[in-house]
Amino acid sequence: MIDFELEPQTVKRLKLYHQVAEHMMRPISREYDEREHEKPWDFLNAMWAATTQPGGDPTGMSDGSSSRNVQTVASTEELCWGDAGLFLSIPNAGLGGAAVMAAGTPEQKARFLAPFRGGKPKWGAMAITEPGCGSDSAAVTTTATRDGDQWVINGTKIFCTSGQMAGEKSEGFIVVWATVDKTAGRAGIKPFIVEHNTPGMTVARVEKKLGIRVSDTAMLIFDNCRVPLDHLLGSAEVKRETGGFKDVMATFDATRPIVAAMAIGVGRAALDYVRDFLKDQNVPIRYGISPRRLTTIERDFMDMEIQLKAARLLTWRAAWMLDAGMRNSLEASMAKAKAGLAVTQITQKAVELLGPLGYSRAHLVEKWMRDAKINDIFEGTQQINMLIIARRILDYSSRELN
Amino acid sequence: MISFDLTEEQRMVRDTVGAFAREEIAPAARPADESGEIPAALIAKAWQLGLVRGPLPERLGGDGDTRSALTGAIIAEELAAGDLAIATHILAPRLFAFPILEMGTDAQRDTYLRRFTGPDFIPAGAALMEPRFDFDAVDLQTRARADGSGFILDGRKCMVALASASEAFLVYAAGNGDSRVQAFIVPRGVSGLTVRDREKNMGLKALETFEVEFSECRLGPEAKLGGEAGIDHGRILSQSRVALAAMAVGMSRAAFDYARAYAKERRAFGAPIATRQAVAFMLADMAIEVDASRLLAWEAAWRLDRGEDAARESYLARNYVASAALKIADNAVQTLGGHGYIREHPVEMYLRNARGFATLEGLATV
Repeated sequence: MIDFELEPQTVKRLKLYHQVAEHMMRPISREYDEREHEKPWDFLNAMWAATTQPGGDPTGMSDGSSSRNVQTVASTEELCWGDAGLFLSIPNAGLGGAAVMAAGTPEQKARFLAPFRGGKPKWGAMAITEPGCGSDSAAVTTTATRDGDQWVINGTKIFCTSGQMAGEKSEGFIVVWATVDKTAGRAGIKPFIVEHNTPGMTVARVEKKLGIRVSDTAMLIFDNCRVPLDHLLGSAEVKRETGGFKDVMATFDATRPIVAAMAIGVGRAALDYVRDFLKDQNVPIRYGISPRRLTTIERDFMDMEIQLKAARLLTWRAAWMLDAGMRNSLEASMAKAKAGLAVTQITQKAVELLGPLGYSRAHLVEKWMRDAKINDIFEGTQQINMLIIARRILDYSSRELN
Repeated sequence: MISFDLTEEQRMVRDTVGAFAREEIAPAARPADESGEIPAALIAKAWQLGLVRGPLPERLGGDGDTRSALTGAIIAEELAAGDLAIATHILAPRLFAFPILEMGTDAQRDTYLRRFTGPDFIPAGAALMEPRFDFDAVDLQTRARADGSGFILDGRKCMVALASASEAFLVYAAGNGDSRVQAFIVPRGVSGLTVRDREKNMGLKALETFEVEFSECRLGPEAKLGGEAGIDHGRILSQSRVALAAMAVGMSRAAFDYARAYAKERRAFGAPIATRQAVAFMLADMAIEVDASRLLAWEAAWRLDRGEDAARESYLARNYVASAALKIADNAVQTLGGHGYIREHPVEMYLRNARGFATLEGLATV
């Protein structure tokens, strides 16, 4: 039965996360945006302690039950309402963990994810993008060559979220996409676990960014980096039609709604700020009257509000489909495409609506505009998501529509 | 718990009404738009679906179904996917009957509802819109001033569906000194009431709409819907906005489906035009917006079914969907290029119909 109400336990969880967002994240938002490469250890340690519980979801974003994906997107929105960069900085298995879940054997899942249930804060990360390939992830040039009982990895990865924390500043790991056979194209691309401080892996650079500055975005250089054979997630077999690439691409069906939710959290922060601001200034927002009588500010605000809601409903739908055991590639891409675009527009409009105040770094609104933009880009750009949607609705392969 | 699953019953309603729309309504759409007439046989067939009779009380001959805005939205979408004008005609009697059902006095229900449970389609509708550029559904200029125990009605209404054939209208008017909107059941024969010539509209051309003038029309106290208590106009408006939003979704879906099919067939520069990003991305955007529009309409409908105030949600949903539907219809014409401009493919009709959603109120209800 159609239902738009979150479960009571989810609502309760969100109240808690809202407290975290308001009282732990917001107060340090500006500071860590300005001090780009420092980490807020009090916050990170507190989040690690709170979310590492025996038997629970290692990310702490849900209770692991049959509505876990909906819970996760709702939790993500709430925390990103606080601060998207801080959210991304929270120690957990992250995208690396998602890759392990999607492509790893049961033994690998147990081995690599168990450390995330306790001990010191640690990070997981995923490294796909290279200087020469972003959207066309099948074109990776990083190689993994078998040498006895090891794989030898060579290449350069960029834009790896939490790459520094996972690669050298904690007992974490990075999942690296490398090709074992360039002639096999997609089928030759496999995910490899590279544990922290493995010789041959260097964190060459941490980027300076437009937004989400507190999150470390790393360039990693692999120079004869050796890992054991069993660090290849899943199977080494190179099949022409299937293989690790498809498995890891499937992780995006689960992560795209989460990225959409990140955007929605930032968008809602901007929306709430503008709403409160207009209320303080006694500027009315008159719902229900003929739209032709609305002031520009009213019209803009209402547009922001309903665009955000549309994005959220599409995101909940994509997450619910996962919970209901349905393939959701089309719907996940719809959610991500819509949310990325809508929140870019919402946050940019929010700065505009606040006039000169919106432009000032004395208010967080300008930061949210900078933080929001990445959501339209990473985890599949808006254009790539539109391409995925188009192929699905037209029933075209990537060869027929590219 | 969040869920997007229809119930078994809703699926059945969707499939039944959807099949009727595809098989009976859609083929009749273009001829009806050209001639300005809908075949009576089609309306009679649609009446058999029981879409007006459904929620009416069993003791008055209805089915006694629980009225559901969500089910109404599903019905509205499916019918409108066949054709918007025909869908509006089919559902028009609801505009008269459903407010009486929900907010009428017992006497009003007994007097007026039974006629809609018989074997024949009974034309009826409501008079809400007014012929002025700054029309606002919450700020009506049609006035009903108290006169003794009765009322005197003055004003002009436009876009009144099926007025020339209706025996009575539900007329929305503001009181004098009391800005709250009330509704009045007005028999066609009342002195001072004039149904003007049939209107000529850009779209919805198969739908008969009229301007109706009220000049010092005297009404007894029994004419006021709900008696002393009056009506909850906000709720009626919300129900109407959800219905129109759902119809916009149906029309949008039809436009998208048509454009997609065309783009896969039509070849240019050696390949189907759907293989070009400019066209493919336009179609992808249409697909997103059809789905987003539907979810927004459903969320507002769901709130109504829970008895919540859905004024804001239905208002915002309607605004969003109206804009999305126009863009989708426009893109559908664009996808067909020159052929989209000709009154043969349905897309130019979708565009003419779609523009109305932003400004036309009260033409349907859930």
